[in-house]
Amino acid sequence: MNNILTPENIGLLLQALGTTLLMFVVAGIGSLILGVLVTVARVSPIPILRWAAWCYVQFFINVPLLALLILAVFALPDAGLIAPLTPTAIIVLTVYEAAYVAEAVRSGVNTVGVGQVEAGRALGLSLLQSFRWVIIPQSLRAVVQPLGNVMIALAMNTALAAVVGVVEFTSEVNKLNLVFAQPIQIFTGAGIVYMAIALAIGLGTGWIERRVAIVR
Amino acid sequence: MTQSRHSAASFLYEEPGPRGRRMILVGSIVSALVVAGFIALGLYQFASHGQLDAAKWAPFTQWPIWEFLLVGFLGTLAAAGIVAVLGSALGIILALGRISKVRVVRMLATAYIEIGRTVPVLLLIYLMLFGLPQLGINLPTLWKLVVPLTIANSAVFAEIVRAGIMSLPRGQTEAALSLGLRQWQTMAYVVLPQALRNVVPSLVSQLVSLLKDTSLGYIVAYTELLYRGQVLSTFNHLLIQTFLVVTLIYLVFNGSLSALASRLQKPTRRRKPIAPLLSALPMPIGAVESDARA
Repeated sequence: MNNILTPENIGLLLQALGTTLLMFVVAGIGSLILGVLVTVARVSPIPILRWAAWCYVQFFINVPLLALLILAVFALPDAGLIAPLTPTAIIVLTVYEAAYVAEAVRSGVNTVGVGQVEAGRALGLSLLQSFRWVIIPQSLRAVVQPLGNVMIALAMNTALAAVVGVVEFTSEVNKLNLVFAQPIQIFTGAGIVYMAIALAIGLGTGWIERRVAIVR
Repeated sequence: MTQSRHSAASFLYEEPGPRGRRMILVGSIVSALVVAGFIALGLYQFASHGQLDAAKWAPFTQWPIWEFLLVGFLGTLAAAGIVAVLGSALGIILALGRISKVRVVRMLATAYIEIGRTVPVLLLIYLMLFGLPQLGINLPTLWKLVVPLTIANSAVFAEIVRAGIMSLPRGQTEAALSLGLRQWQTMAYVVLPQALRNVVPSLVSQLVSLLKDTSLGYIVAYTELLYRGQVLSTFNHLLIQTFLVVTLIYLVFNGSLSALASRLQKPTRRRKPIAPLLSALPMPIGAVESDARA
């Protein structure tokens, strides 16, 4: 193990881990925002928006992420849709996880009390205002834990970007293995790093939940 | 799905008046234009690069091409079926382990579940591809895919089953025990059957996620749908068309499974008309809903 973890290799690994974390953070924030917007569209009074949001969620929940990554990275350039590799992977991860965020937030909308909505209406809030100030905040507070699980899944899913050639943590680890041929130590170590990331997300969501959970 | 969407939406706004109806009409027209605009833009982009040419799509009207892809899809189904059977069996055992009264068993099961849920499947596959041959074990390609997926999915199944057991009223266990059933009899005849029935929708959704995971067979070169699509596209050089067709096959099959899952969910909804308030307790939703898709 010592001959693997030379300063040079550690530098490469940290750089790759940085890419993984960058993908996670950007896609995480992006998917939270997009997911909330999709949820709003999905419960809006406009039938076409509801339908479009439903199609969006169904599409991304039923198609494998790897198929989407391959489609975006290898196939879409044939139609002139080409972007640098890592941003492409981030965009695919964002739109993919946004569907799961939308599912989670929608189950949160169901937990908002009817009285809350009616009270907002009685105060004269418009529909958009009651979404902004009443419905969405309460929905999000009810689904911190599920959203945390979506974020953990996202962190795991960033590894798939390795398959389409993004130099992130898993692919760097795989490269090291090709050189040193000590798969068991190397991949176990990498697994521990991912577990640490998941643990950090889990603890983070636990902390947030304790602070914002609505006690009824 | 449609039904639940409406019930979710209905209490958010009242029956619109004349002004509200006008707003909805304007909103409908604007959003229809935006959606149509996006579709048109996409089609234009495709057409301007010749991706909509009839010649590029013609091969997909031929049966042999479909047969080639469907053989892959059968591989997908076979892998998913094995993982589903092994994963759910192991999942039930793990769930029982996690709530066991024996501390060591509980700790081992918990550790397995936490590891299985937080290590990327890709790493497990790499371990399988490179690690096992070093130990002199060389599995057939199918099992190089099935074993990592089973490890990961059994952990998720375990959490779903545990959520089902936890959501069952305590009285069920107490009643069974007071009838003189033993601990294992209580579990096998009273608790598990009810718990499993309650989590069927989550189990079906997990089936969808598992079927999607089999696309990782692409990496181990196991003959499943995505890998077949890849092979096909290296022959016909129709990348966009091939992968769109592959995506469509996944969408149709998994879409039907998802529709089944949401249909299975309905009876429980009907039994609890005040679901919004009941489900306000954060724990059970988190446990069941999120596990369904983890």
